[in-house]
Amino acid sequence: MDGQPQSKDFSVKFTMDEAQPRVLDRMAQGLLGTAMDRPEGRMKVTGTAPYAAEYRREGLVHGMLVRSTITRGRVTGIDTEKVQSMDGVIAVMTGGPLVRNPAQGTAHEAPAQSLPEVFYVGQPVALVVAESFEQARHAAQALTVTYDRADGADVDPATASDTETPEDDVLSQGDIDTAMKEAAFAVDTRYTTPPHSSAAMEPHASVASWTDGRLELHGSYQMLRHNVAELADALGVDEADVRIHSPYVGGGFGAKLGIAPEAVAAAHAARELGRPVSVVLTRPQVFEMTMRRSETTQRLRLGSDAEGRLTALGHEDWVSNLPGEAFAEPTAQGTHFLYGGDNRYFAQTLARVHRPCAGSVRAPGEAVGMIALECAMDELAEATGIDPIDLRLRNLPETHPENGLPYSERGLGDCLRDGAAKFGWDTRKPAGTRLEGDWWVGMGVASAVRVNALMNSTARVTLNPDGTALCETDMTDIGTGSYAILTQIVGEMLGLDASQIEVRLGDSDLPKSSGSGGSWGAQSCGSAVFLAAQGIRKALAEKLGVAADDLTLKDGTVTSGNVQHGFADLIDSPLTCEGTLNPGDTADAFSIAGYGAHFAEVGVHRDTGEVRVRRMLGVFSIGRVLNEKTASSQCHGGMIWGIGSALTEEIMHDPSDGRIVNHNLAEYHLPVSLDVPDLDVVLLEDTRDDEANPIQAKGIGELGIAGAAGAIGNAIYNACGVRVRDFPATPDKIFPHLPETD
Amino acid sequence: MRPFDYSRADGAPDAAAKAAQGATILAGGTNLLDLMKLEVMAPEAVVDISRLDLTGITPTEDGGLRIGALVTNTDLANDRTVRTQYPVLSRALLSGATVQLRNKATTGGNLLQRTRCPYFYDTGAACNKRDPGSGCAAMTGCNRILAVLGGSDHCIATHPSDMAVAMRALRARVALESPEGTREIALADLHVLPGDTPEVETVLQPGEVITSVILPPAPPGRQAYVKIRDRASYAFALVSVAGIVAIEDGRITEAALAFGGLAPKPWRDPEVEAALIGQPAGPAAAEAAADVLLADAKGHGGNDFKIPLARRTLKRALRELTEATS
Repeated sequence: MDGQPQSKDFSVKFTMDEAQPRVLDRMAQGLLGTAMDRPEGRMKVTGTAPYAAEYRREGLVHGMLVRSTITRGRVTGIDTEKVQSMDGVIAVMTGGPLVRNPAQGTAHEAPAQSLPEVFYVGQPVALVVAESFEQARHAAQALTVTYDRADGADVDPATASDTETPEDDVLSQGDIDTAMKEAAFAVDTRYTTPPHSSAAMEPHASVASWTDGRLELHGSYQMLRHNVAELADALGVDEADVRIHSPYVGGGFGAKLGIAPEAVAAAHAARELGRPVSVVLTRPQVFEMTMRRSETTQRLRLGSDAEGRLTALGHEDWVSNLPGEAFAEPTAQGTHFLYGGDNRYFAQTLARVHRPCAGSVRAPGEAVGMIALECAMDELAEATGIDPIDLRLRNLPETHPENGLPYSERGLGDCLRDGAAKFGWDTRKPAGTRLEGDWWVGMGVASAVRVNALMNSTARVTLNPDGTALCETDMTDIGTGSYAILTQIVGEMLGLDASQIEVRLGDSDLPKSSGSGGSWGAQSCGSAVFLAAQGIRKALAEKLGVAADDLTLKDGTVTSGNVQHGFADLIDSPLTCEGTLNPGDTADAFSIAGYGAHFAEVGVHRDTGEVRVRRMLGVFSIGRVLNEKTASSQCHGGMIWGIGSALTEEIMHDPSDGRIVNHNLAEYHLPVSLDVPDLDVVLLEDTRDDEANPIQAKGIGELGIAGAAGAIGNAIYNACGVRVRDFPATPDKIFPHLPETD
Repeated sequence: MRPFDYSRADGAPDAAAKAAQGATILAGGTNLLDLMKLEVMAPEAVVDISRLDLTGITPTEDGGLRIGALVTNTDLANDRTVRTQYPVLSRALLSGATVQLRNKATTGGNLLQRTRCPYFYDTGAACNKRDPGSGCAAMTGCNRILAVLGGSDHCIATHPSDMAVAMRALRARVALESPEGTREIALADLHVLPGDTPEVETVLQPGEVITSVILPPAPPGRQAYVKIRDRASYAFALVSVAGIVAIEDGRITEAALAFGGLAPKPWRDPEVEAALIGQPAGPAAAEAAADVLLADAKGHGGNDFKIPLARRTLKRALRELTEATS
């Protein structure tokens, strides 16, 4: 091996302008799609995969953020003197680049830096740095901050004085008022959903150090190319001077899309002190200083003809955020294209309130919008007397009901039909007629839909003569299985066993990927890896003087015609290709989304109204399945989130000052094991989506939650005849309305 | 967490002596350590009793049971005698917290755990219990889990224990040791209502240490613990009922009922039980008992639902306790 540089660059740049051949189906390795274990799984479950807060540096010191205890006003003084003399305290940092709240996903610039202005209870107002975490925490608690309070700040979206209803977001098609009046059946109903927290198991944590003017930060983040830009902007340095490592992330769910206060604080303090600084948020701080999902109020108007065909569909919503934040929960996103109806109306009102920042939480839009839509559809089914599955099937439009675009692969009908058969839907009884012991039992269904997005992504793949390969990108694995699926794509394309492949992720110095978020990571980054591997195949083919399609790569060998080669026969130095994917015309020419159907059976206690989910089935149509195990796990996780949003999860804000009252995992009720029954997940086969991307896969990270809570809400109604319109469906929402059984 | 002096007690008298000098007693630590991290509690000295020999569960001469203060919730729930003679206690214990917490939490510590009122835990909020005279943010705030019985204008915190509710129904007594000697009090008298001093939660005097809990012989009748909560596990009671009811010829002859989630202490009202004695088992008796229980109940908005929920939970519990089993 002479180690000479490659003579020719086979890197691939590709734009998704039209459907592509199903190259992966012609590969021979048989690795892609299998339920392969995560390569890093053993490290994670044995505690040897290092997470951000575990990085240790020589001379590391610890920072603790200090929270505002007022809602709105201005910091007028911080008594740093008293704290400076406390044991271990090194510095107290006020103002400066500390950020008010995290950056929104893909913001690519620093979030608001408002100090000394305060906008909500819990906003970071200072950082105390000490030798130990405990000393920093104690000193932070002791720090006296004085404020000039502004009275009367709005904390309740329902009564907020500052609201916006952007005209651009209003869609009025036909005449919904007349259509509702003339409809054979009409439902005009309102639903509310509470604020949610991502509540990732790993808290936000950053360990920062500077070397020769360059920042190195170990953090817990989802989208490094944006995070670098956000952090650099917050600190006033060049992007080139920021490097972020995020190889393992203990759950993101949107809360780690944009740079958060702890990263800026750690980087700033490390720069000021010339020492490495760690800042780890406490659990209450995770609730207060990172993102919440906005509460929503939603009005659904559904009108149909005598056969249940929609003639009117209206979805209006009311959400909130801090002043100045551009993000508004895209509540009705899925409603635009799921069902037909000629007369349509959509509008959104955003209230400016002084509560912690609202942003993306898993499946922004559909996670809560689909609860209201799918429960309203159930109300329409009840009104028309048509089976809820039949009603949905009757209302699947031929083309996008607003812009006329054709759908790409849309497996919704199959999901509903197959699921009904598997679940035993035909045994469902009329509402409030099935009492078993002390429990009302019922079944519910809901459609699942999640918009599909492709994002720019680059990856680098290197094939070595010894038959090993390296895949590199700044992509993150936030618990989703990125390491696994990228290993599988490389192995499938290059004919390698998984053990021969190393995937290196989570380093912002590596080729820039889509990052994890919006269910686009697997398909976007996966496509980039696929393209890079295609470049390698092409290079190998050229060595043999054949077309890439004529190569069979399997188990470390290259077969062309009747001749088999080892890699060492073809290359004498590492062969490296980059693959770059850009979204293109298909995204504008087709309505592309992931689809599914949720089925739930619940019991409702006849006296006290507790709801217990007895079983759930989710059937999904997601294009090519990259890893059967990690894809199913995504669906399981989404369905558990559905149980949480249906029954238990709610951020409670104090009505007078907006503070988050239940900011810990004892009082913010995520579903626990006893709340989660056996969950059955079916991934439909033969649903490759040719318009989505060159690997024909679609996002699965968020689809599992979309609609799941609606199915549970509908099952509650079918069980006991109580229609819950204010989620979560805690016992107090149900027992006052239960039928008498004594 | 404020720096503090730590010492390990070499016996109950030593613990009592240190407590008399102001030390806070550490047993399982499942509540105290959290409160110290948050600086809701900031003791200058902590005396660790967790290694003392107070872990026995032994029969008493009169056929009852003495439970050492350091018996863990897990060990108590799984004890054979408790499971067979006092199933209401076992059920109550197992409905509380999580396996991990129950493995650490102790009998004495469970009785003395602090409220879960969220404002008590937020040092940036007004709370008369944590900071006397600062006000009560819960009164007009998020009070979903707070008290509808026994509260005052100063505090509506609830006592969060399940174990203590069952023990009240079982007429438990609490053995105390202090430098002045030992005494025994009824569990009923251990906790006090908030009145205008919500920072005072028990009748314990400085230096008094709980050494054991004594259960009288198991009363006749069926036992049940019904707990209603916002998720299936690891949640505090919205309402809970510990009940022991005996029936003869279809009429209730004996009844002991204690309630959790409703009040600042495990709640028991003799008049509720009197309303049941002699009545035919059935919904009418349950309604009558609920009328007595809830006559003075007062909601504060977010917890109004607890009043009708308590009625329904009582009905449900009495049905479990009195319906014939096949």
